[in-house]
Amino acid sequence: MSLLATGLTAADLWGLFAQFLVLSLLAVGGAITTAPEMHRYVVDQHHWISDAQFTASVAIAQAAPGPNVLFVAVIGWNVAGPLGALATMIGILLPSTALSLWATRWGHARRDTRGVRAFTIGMAPLTLGLLLVTGWLLAGPAAGHLGAMLLVAATALVMSRTQLSPMWAVAAGAVVGATGFA
Amino acid sequence: MPLTDMSATTLPECQAPRSLSELFFAFNRMALQGFGGVLAVAQHELVERLNWMTREQFVEMLAISQVLPGPNVVNLSLMFGDRHFGLRGAFVALAGMLLVPLFIVLALTALYAQYAAHPMVSGALRGMGAVAAGLVISTALKLSTTLKKSAMGVPLGLGFALVTFVAIGLLRWPLVWVLLGLGTLAVATAWYRLGRKA
Repeated sequence: MSLLATGLTAADLWGLFAQFLVLSLLAVGGAITTAPEMHRYVVDQHHWISDAQFTASVAIAQAAPGPNVLFVAVIGWNVAGPLGALATMIGILLPSTALSLWATRWGHARRDTRGVRAFTIGMAPLTLGLLLVTGWLLAGPAAGHLGAMLLVAATALVMSRTQLSPMWAVAAGAVVGATGFA
Repeated sequence: MPLTDMSATTLPECQAPRSLSELFFAFNRMALQGFGGVLAVAQHELVERLNWMTREQFVEMLAISQVLPGPNVVNLSLMFGDRHFGLRGAFVALAGMLLVPLFIVLALTALYAQYAAHPMVSGALRGMGAVAAGLVISTALKLSTTLKKSAMGVPLGLGFALVTFVAIGLLRWPLVWVLLGLGTLAVATAWYRLGRKA
């Protein structure tokens, strides 16, 4: 059975949902850290959306107000419309929400123990590495375009050294792109 | 309006959300101000404007939400709501954070599909995509300063970050195996270091 005009079957949709359920529990440091794995699944493996569509999904969510996790809903929407958005969003939120509620009190009571501290300290560098991977993948479409590459570098440089609102950088990127320089 | 304060505590006075609707609209307001991330706005609103928590409480809650999987700001909403109104509060805070922005972002996506062919729109999106990449990289750079305070030490911390980058970014290994393998090694290292310090 084919859903909408996307050619996705119900089994595909369940697969998408299951994939995001698993990713939810791996998203230490935020949903964006699992973007490389989402990219591998929906772009490289299944070819449901293109590389440019994937990057645009993240860009739209970044440009819009609200938590960055909403890029997950946009990816789902681009893969299979409203049902896709529901599948990815509920998938990414359900396990981590359940775990969060259960673990809040547990972790809060034991936040000074060696085990909890070792977990936090040990996972921190991996989270940083994953953030870099995400930036690297998002910069992919910019490769070969001088204006876009300069935009990536300038944003990384300026925003890591200032407390400027990301809103200004996004607006500047839109203007530079709309006038044909990216 | 004067409220009778029955608990004469020595702790710094904090307000609290008085109703579920107040909780909802506070988190909704935060979300709608958050372009490219809500965390900075959340700190400003919860600590400075509403005075619903102290800075210390905020840092503590953020630390736990960073340990847990899931978006930090989503975990933060859940925890804050849960502390004040239990399970209902957790879901009301989460709804406040996600509901309205979800409709905005999907409306933008639908509009984008309609205007994607327009050269100015596709150009703007390309520029915004480049900026999104730069923003994520800048966040990684900013957060890398936390390694200085880590019990793991800067060289080991940078080493683990670099190996993660190479394994997933360049070699494209599946995340789950890298987290299980390298993550276990990193946590074990931290455990050992903490033991030696004590």
